[in-house]
Formats: sequence, structure tokens, C-alpha cells
Amino acid sequence: MTMGPMSVLRGGVQQPQKSKDLRGTLRRLLARLRPERFKLTLALVLGVTSVGFVVSGPEILGRAMNVLFNGIVGKELKPGTTKAQAIQLLREHGHGQIASMIAGMNITPGVGVDINDLGRVLALAALVYLLGAAFSYFQGFTMAGLTQRVMSGMRRDVEAKLSRLPLRYFDSHPHGDILSRVTNDIDNLTTTIQQGLSQLITSVLTIVGVMGMMFWISPLLAAVAAVTIPLALVVTLLIARRSQVQFTAQWKQTGTLNGLVEETHTGHELVQVFGQSAATIDEFGRQNKLLYRASFRAQFLSGIIQPSMQFIANINYVVIAVLGGYRVASGLLTLGAVTAFIQYSRQFTMPITQIASQMNMLQSGLASAERVFEFLDAGEEDPELIPALNAGPPSRGAASVKLEKVCFRYEPDKPLIEDFTLDVAPGQTVAIVGPTGAGKTTIVNLLVRFYEIDSGHIWLNGVDYRDLTRDEVRGAFGMVLQDTWMFAGSIHDNIGYGKPGASDEEIVAAAQAAHVDGFVRTLPEGYATVLDEDASNLSSGQRQLLTIARAFLANQSILILDEATSNVDTRTEVLIQEAMARLREGRTSFVIAHRLSTIRNADTIIVMDQGRIVEQGNHDELMGRQGLYYSLYNSQFSGVAT
Amino acid sequence: MLIRLLRTYLRPYSRQISILVTLLVAQTVGNLYLPNLNADIINNGVVEGHLHYILSTGEVMLGLTLLVGVCAVIAVYWASRVAMGAGADIRAAVFTRVQTFSARDMNQFGTASLITRNTNDIQQIQLFLQMALTMMVIAPIMCVGGIVLAIHEGAQLSTLLLVAVPVMGAFVGLMMVRVIPQFRSMQIKIDRINQVLREQITGVRVIRAFVRNDSEADRFATANAELTDTALRVNRIFALALPVMMGILNLSSVAVVWFGGRLVSEGSMPIGNLTAFLTYILQILMSVMMAVMVAILLPRAAASAERVKQVLDTVPQVSDPPSPVSPSAMTGLVTFDQVTFAYPGSERPVLDDLSFTLEPGQTSAIIGGTGSGKTTLLNLIPRFFDATTGHVIVNDVDVRSQAQEVLWRSIGLVPQAAYLFSGSVESNLRFARPDATDAQLWRALEIAQARDFVAAMPGGLDAPIDQGGTNVSGGQRQRLSIARALVKEPRVYLFDDCFSALDATTDARLRAALKAGTQDASVVIVAQRVSTIMHADRIIVLDDGRVVGMGTHAQLLTSCDPYREIVVSQLGEGAAP
Repeated sequence: MTMGPMSVLRGGVQQPQKSKDLRGTLRRLLARLRPERFKLTLALVLGVTSVGFVVSGPEILGRAMNVLFNGIVGKELKPGTTKAQAIQLLREHGHGQIASMIAGMNITPGVGVDINDLGRVLALAALVYLLGAAFSYFQGFTMAGLTQRVMSGMRRDVEAKLSRLPLRYFDSHPHGDILSRVTNDIDNLTTTIQQGLSQLITSVLTIVGVMGMMFWISPLLAAVAAVTIPLALVVTLLIARRSQVQFTAQWKQTGTLNGLVEETHTGHELVQVFGQSAATIDEFGRQNKLLYRASFRAQFLSGIIQPSMQFIANINYVVIAVLGGYRVASGLLTLGAVTAFIQYSRQFTMPITQIASQMNMLQSGLASAERVFEFLDAGEEDPELIPALNAGPPSRGAASVKLEKVCFRYEPDKPLIEDFTLDVAPGQTVAIVGPTGAGKTTIVNLLVRFYEIDSGHIWLNGVDYRDLTRDEVRGAFGMVLQDTWMFAGSIHDNIGYGKPGASDEEIVAAAQAAHVDGFVRTLPEGYATVLDEDASNLSSGQRQLLTIARAFLANQSILILDEATSNVDTRTEVLIQEAMARLREGRTSFVIAHRLSTIRNADTIIVMDQGRIVEQGNHDELMGRQGLYYSLYNSQFSGVAT
Repeated sequence: MLIRLLRTYLRPYSRQISILVTLLVAQTVGNLYLPNLNADIINNGVVEGHLHYILSTGEVMLGLTLLVGVCAVIAVYWASRVAMGAGADIRAAVFTRVQTFSARDMNQFGTASLITRNTNDIQQIQLFLQMALTMMVIAPIMCVGGIVLAIHEGAQLSTLLLVAVPVMGAFVGLMMVRVIPQFRSMQIKIDRINQVLREQITGVRVIRAFVRNDSEADRFATANAELTDTALRVNRIFALALPVMMGILNLSSVAVVWFGGRLVSEGSMPIGNLTAFLTYILQILMSVMMAVMVAILLPRAAASAERVKQVLDTVPQVSDPPSPVSPSAMTGLVTFDQVTFAYPGSERPVLDDLSFTLEPGQTSAIIGGTGSGKTTLLNLIPRFFDATTGHVIVNDVDVRSQAQEVLWRSIGLVPQAAYLFSGSVESNLRFARPDATDAQLWRALEIAQARDFVAAMPGGLDAPIDQGGTNVSGGQRQRLSIARALVKEPRVYLFDDCFSALDATTDARLRAALKAGTQDASVVIVAQRVSTIMHADRIIVLDDGRVVGMGTHAQLLTSCDPYREIVVSQLGEGAAP
């Protein structure tokens, strides 16, 4: 039987995983426990003490049984005789068997049960049990603090790591995978350490303690019981290994089936209109049957561990009862020893089954630890080479940006941006255009220094990027991207994100400038409205207006704007357009542009295709060149009188 | 709810369940009888010195052990069969039921909720069933049987049970009551910390652009401290559980020996009965613990059952007529005859008195602001919803008089959110027509402007597609979704704002190819962008659910002010002379 409601709740719900480098991961995990080694030692000492007390309980109870048994047997004997005389007497009357039993007992003929002695022994037993429980609680208490501190530190490290990783890491790893490492894996590891470590220590200690007591009381019976340990262990591990295979199959099949359910329900309309309902139900039936088979096997196999343990325990019980009874009757053992033994053998199977289940948990926990360590080992952003504020804060108001012979490649063997030179005077607008997937965001990545350029120079207000910290560079830029990121919090806080400590008036003013104040006021909670995680309670147009408000509030000297193309209704679009135009006033701006008016009025247009800059100039120059810009322009606006 | 659900879905297994219960009873009785035999060994064998008796009773015990073991294994076998089987049945029932749902039923539940109900909720019920079919049956038998036998072994001693059992039950119950809300609050804290981390990952660009790393670190530190606090509290309470339970168990044993010892010394109870009593009281207390622990699974399973039952009890709001009328010809003609649509209980209709005809060979476009009813209009054609008043007529038959299967056969739908199914490019394209030839697939890809990128994908048509199509870009997903509808070669095409992720060049090329590729079908395009629809044969301008303009681009520019506004806002003043 597994103890603790958590193990009941989890009942094999966990996805089993295997780690690649078990030893290395274990070593690193232990290294994390190192600062807590004194507490850990304390917990260990408390655990040993507790188990020591608990384990000696049955032996003391056994002694009480002896006091009882001695009393009732002694009472039957003729008072006034010595023990030897009584034995002699019994032999003469043909009770040889009883005589030899009494020979092994500590009795005074004619004297009944010594209630005072019984009381003393039992009081000791009660004390020992109480102390055992108390120390066990202290151990659990110490372990709780220890594991929580370790895991809290681990979570802190993971978060700190997030802020040191280069953008390249986020762009080249699926977000789901990163998220899973910093959330699911950390959770899993916490549970493992919390429950697994503490229980594993107790289980092992209990087995050792019980074994020791049994050998101390009767080596012969202990030897019998000892046989059952490896037997129980082997049976458990054999079944566990087989059921593990089935659990894996069950998980895989569950994944497949859940995937099918998910996509069928998500694509419900399509499945219906494309006439696939019947076929999907058939497919579901097939997968459901496979899952049934796998889960039935997994449940059955893991379910027989307990009856098997019970079976082994029962056999052990019978053998001890018979053999013990035999030896008591032969005077080689006391009755108390046998009762103690029976209790020991019962205490025995529980930790063994527990160890088996903890092994699985530990394995999956180590796999998670490995994934977390992998994440912690990922390459970080190059350290800043210059001290902050070396060149002073970039001035407010429009700034100049100058790029000279900038080269950049995502992958070293794929040329991307080569010798790019651009001079943007304060207040100018640069439009970046090109078909979908042309790499327009690459320019943004370089400007705000999400990625470092390979060679060349970028100057901000005449200061080389290399003489500025990353934060100083970024502090000069305001961004309104299509990916309108909001965090779970109020509208007020989301706008205020652009300027820490902004006053309510400033926030409302920014919202007014972005044409979003009116809309916010129609919400029942106004600015206090809490956005849910994906801000799905706002339309994409409203979200974009909020990000514009955020940029207004931040009031930075250079802007990066991404004009939305999709899913914004026409009225909101007008608002966005106006707000963006106003935002651009008096600022240097880079616009990923889709709109005719923006593009035509831009001071410089950068035309990109397949990741590279193919043309550069103003509208008239580019039209005159009759290149990609020319054809793009014509296809987009064909048929409209301009 | 749980009971009603289980009664329905366990009925087919009633034979197995009765076998199971019989086996569990046998197993428990056997386990309870073993200490009794042990008492006999001590009373009749050890005390009387009968070695032979000890051995023969030992043989009986061994036989009983074997029997109990066999019963237990067979019981687990049937418990797993029944629990997993009933779970699979419920899962299939829910899935099949959802297949009959109309769009409105889907909206009522929400897709995410239906997925959870079809998967996790049923898993919870299964887990509960598995436990219930073993532990929940054993625990009461063990408890009652243990009490009966304990009374039999020592009636005077059993008053101890009146103390020990309630104390144990109360403590375990109290722990659960205290710990469960704490666990819940810990889960909330875990969710919070995960939310902060998720935001840091998805918002990494914004955070860095606004140079807010420090405030993010603060936010995290707060969440982390709160979680650590709660977790510490929970685990410290939890650290109390096992020691106290074991303490109650052990102290009960001590009390048994003390009170029992007095009885034995007075000669009113044989000493063997004392050892048996010791074992019984342990078993009784263990079963109380077991029962309480399983009981905490109950509320969760009951909540899940409730959610599952809601799905199963839902009658689809749109269903086939009793005697469907089949259209005589698939003409592709779609007529709206004074159609009004309002959600039940809402004051204003979403669509108000619409009448028009969509003819084969024509491209009709629907334009209008958000909330003007464009998508709702489209949804009335495949009967995802039913019109409140008026008639939607497809192929000359009212959609409500047709079998849905028949209606859908002539419709090709490209929804707003392009959704692809896991498999390959090919399996997605052949979704509606498994027998389509490769040439037909390529032709559709060509029209949808997807030929080049599909050809460039490793494996071409065989290139794998992840669930939802997440491994291709948004624009590619839209184009594949369009190609999928083209392969079906339906009589009526419904394009619901599905060009939005395409750049202007691709959009233009696609529209040109589409016109050629869908020649004799009715094409309906819903769009936000004027450039997408301005070449349509007819443009229907919706505003607040009403038609405010109908005609060609040129006609509307002069006759329809709302249209003019839209054009000016998107293409500039110059586009509307």
C-alpha cells in the first residue's frame, strides 16, 4: 500500500520519462542540496532516531506479551515450587512438551500476571511510539523547509536565466518547449524531491531498522523473513517494469487520442461540412479501443503489485506463526517475540512497495531535472563590455540613426545582410516593405539590438552601439508590433508598462492620444479591467491601440511601428492609422509598412525579399528603377485610380 | 450525477461487477480469518503444547493465503476491465455526441471545454472507478468484518474501538479538510508563477524593448515567495499526517495490550485472542484511513461526471428533418429570403431582413465592420445556425428541409481561422475527397498559390503537417486551407476572411487564379480589405446586420457612403474620386 493522499491522487497519472545522463544529473542535483547539507544531516539524524523508536515498539510490546504469558502460565503451576521443580513435575505427569516450553520462560510458579510490570512495560512502549511520531514529524518539518528553499532557489535561477538568454535562443527554440522546462519540469522535480526524497529516506531506514530488530530477536525467523525481502523486491520490480511499459503505451495512446479529440472538436465545422463525421467516429473508436487495451493492461499490472505483496506478506505471516508457535512450544522462543515478529513482518512490505513507486517517481524527476539543467546551461548573451551610462542617456526628442557597412547572418553560411548603409536624420521616416516572410523583422532585431551585428557600425545620435549598453540602446526605442503582447493585469498597468511610475493622468492622456480612452471607458471596470492571459477579451485592433498608448507614454525618441494587415475592422483601422501618424510626429521612425500613404511619404524605403535588402531609396527613385518595388506597388494598387 | 452516469455506463458490466464484489468479499473475509487461525495456534497449539495442531492449522492458513491471493488478482483483473471499459464507453459516447452538435452547441460549451470534458474529465472518472471498485468495496467489508470479529474475539475490549475508530476518522477527515484548500491555493500560486514565466517568454521582445527586466524579476520574486510560503505551509501540515496516523495506530495497540492484558490475567480472555485483536484493530484503522483517502477523490470525480453528463444530455439545436427533401440538382444557387437572425434572448437581431441571391458563376463579396454580421451570414448557408425568420435556400430547397450531409456535400468552406489536421499536406487536401488524383491536388495548390512552397517542402505532398497546421506559416496555412476546399470542387464556396495573412501580391494572384478555377460555382468572399473584394461581381455592404449597399465597386463608390468611407480609409482619398 502506498501512503499519503498525494500518491493516491497521482496514481500513475505521471508521464514516465527516462533521463540520458542519470549520474551526471544526480550529481548536479546533489550539488544543489549542498548548501542545505547541515539541515539534510539533521533530517537524516531525526529520521534515524524516529525509525529507531518506532522499530523498537513491537519488541517492547512483545515483552508485555511475555509478562502476560508468563503470568498466566505461572498461575497454573503449583505455588511455592521453584521453576525447576515445576518442570520436573510436568515431565512426570507426561506434559513433556509444556515442560520444555516453560524451560525457556521467565516464570515464578503460582504467581499470576504482574500488572505493575505490565504497566511499566506498556508505558515504555507508549513513550517510544510517541517519541517516534514526534521525531518523524520533526524530520518531515525539516525536510519541508529544506526542499522548499532548494526549489525556490532553482526557480529563481531559471527566471534569472530567462533574462540573460539572447533573443536567438527564444527564436530558435519552440516557446512551448522552453515553457515546459521552466514550468512542468520544475513542478515535477519539486514534487519528486518533496515527496520522493523524504519517503525514500524513511522507507530505507525502516527496512534496515526492522531487519536489525528481527535478527536481534530471532536470527532463524529473521532469516525466513529476510528471504521475503528480495522476493518482494524482485516481484515488485518485475511487475513494475512490465507495467511501466504498459504505462508508457497508455500515455502514448492517451496522447494520440487526446490529439484526435482536440483537432476534431477544434475543426468541428470542417469535419461536418467536409463530410468526415462518420469516418472520424470510426477512427476514434479504433484509437479508443487501443487506449482501452493499453490502459487496462497498465492498471491490471500495476494493480497486482499490492495483492502480490499481500500474498508474500501473508505467507511470511503464516510461516512465522507456525514456526514461531513451534519454537515457543519448544521453549526456544518467547510468545512476545513471535507477536513482535508478526508486527515486524507487517511493517515490512509497505516500505518495499513504496520504494518501487518512488523509483518511478525519481526517474521521472531526474529526467525533468536534466531538462532544467540543459536549459540552465544554454549559452547566454555576451556580457556587456562597457559600464552603463558611459555615453550618457540618449536625449529625448528625435534622434539620428546611422548604419555603416552592417553585416549580419542568422546562420554563418547563409549571407543575409551585407554592407548595409543607411543614414536617418532626426524626424525622418523609414519604410520597410516586402512580401510576407521577406525578413523585415531582421532590421528591427538589429536596430533594438535583439541580435548583435557581425560587423560594421550602428550609431545612435553619433554614439557607436558598442559604446552603449543594450539597455541604453533599447531605452531609446519605442515599439508597436503586430504581436500585441499584454500581460495579465489591468489595462491601466498594461499602458503604464511603458513608463514605470506613470501617474493616472499620464496614462489617460496616452490613452486619449491613442484613441483608446473612449473604448476603455465603455468597459464596466474602465481602466481597472483585468485582461486575461491572451487578452482575448479585447479585439486585435483594440490591443494594438493599447500598445500605441503604451508607446505614447514611453515617449521614446525612435519608433518602430508594424502596421497591421489583418483582422482589424475598418473603423478601428482608421483610429489606428491616425494614432500611429500622431505618434510619429517629431520622432524618428521605422515602419514596417503596408499602407500607400505611409510608404509614399517615407524618406527612405527599404525593400526586402527573402531575408535580404534588395532595394533602397525614396518612392520616386524606386519607381524609376522598375524593380521589385515597382512590381509590388503596381500589383497592390492595380485597378485603383491614383 | 456521478451515480446516474455510472448506473448507465456500468449496467453492461453488471455481471463482471457481481463477480468482482464476490471475489473482494472472499478476499477480505480470508484476510480477516487469518488472525483468527493464528489465535487458535496460540490458544490450542502453543499454550496446550500441541505441535501437530500448530502444523495442521498452519497448512490451513497457507491454503487460505493462496486462495486470498488468487481472489485478489482476479478481482484486480475485473476491476481494471470494468473501470477502463466503462471509461472508454463514456469517452466514445461523448465524442459521438459532440459530432452531432451544431455550431451553437459548440459555442455554448466552448471547444476547449469540450476537449477537457472528452479527455481529462473522463480520466478522472476512470481513476475514481478503479479505486472505487477495489478500495471502496474492501474498506467497508474490512471495517465491518474487523469489528464483528474483534467483538467475537473480545467483546469487552471492543469498547476501545469506539474510541480509536472515531479518533482516526476525525483526524484523517480534519487533515483532508485542512489540507485540500491549501493544495488548491498552492495550485493557484503555481499557476501564477507559470503565468509570469509564460509572459516573460512570449513577451521577451516587449520586455527588453521597454527595458523592464528588473520589474519582471520583481514580479517573479513576489510570485516565487508566495508559492514557497504556501508550499511550505502545506508540506508542514502534511508532515503531521503520517506521524499522527501511525501514532494513533500504535497507541491503540498499546491500549489493547493494557486493557486486554488485565482481561487475560483475570482469565476472562484467552491470550491468543489478544494477538488476534491486535491485528484486527490495525486492519480496522487502516481501512478507515483508506476509505477517507478514497473519499477525497469523490468530489473531483463528481464534478467531472457532472460536466460529462451535460454534454451527453445536450440535444443538438440543429438536426435533420424527419423526412428530408433532396434537391433535384446541385445548381449552387443560394437564396436569402427575408432572413433575420437573432441570438435567443437578445434585443437586436444580428442579421435583419436580408434578401438576395448568390448565383453560380458569380463572385459575391461581403464587406462591413466587425460585428456587422458577416460571419453569421456565412454560417447560415451550411446551417451552422438556423435563421430566426425567413428562409435560406440552397439548391432550390430550404436548408432546414435537407439532410445536413446532403447540404454539406455542395459546400466548400474556408473558415477565418485556417485549421489543418495532423497528417500530411496530402491527407489534408484529400480530406473531403479521398479519391482525388495527384494532378487534382496540384491543380488546387496552383490556384491557391501554394504550389511553390509545397513543392519546396521536404517530401512535397507527403510533407508532415502538425496538428492545427502550426508547422507552416499563417499565410501558408490559409493557402492550404483554400486548396483543401478547391479539391472538393463544391458548388458553393464560402471564403470567410481567409486572405488576411497574405501579402498584397499573393492575394492578387490568388484572386485572379480563383476566378478561373471556380468558374461555374457560387463564390462568397467575406473580407476586411477592399483590395481583396473590389473586383467581385457583386459586393454586399453590411452595417449593423442590414444591407446598406449592393453592387459593383464602381457602382457602390458613387451610391453607397459607408462603402466609400471604407475605401477612403484603406486606399486613401485618391482611390475614391
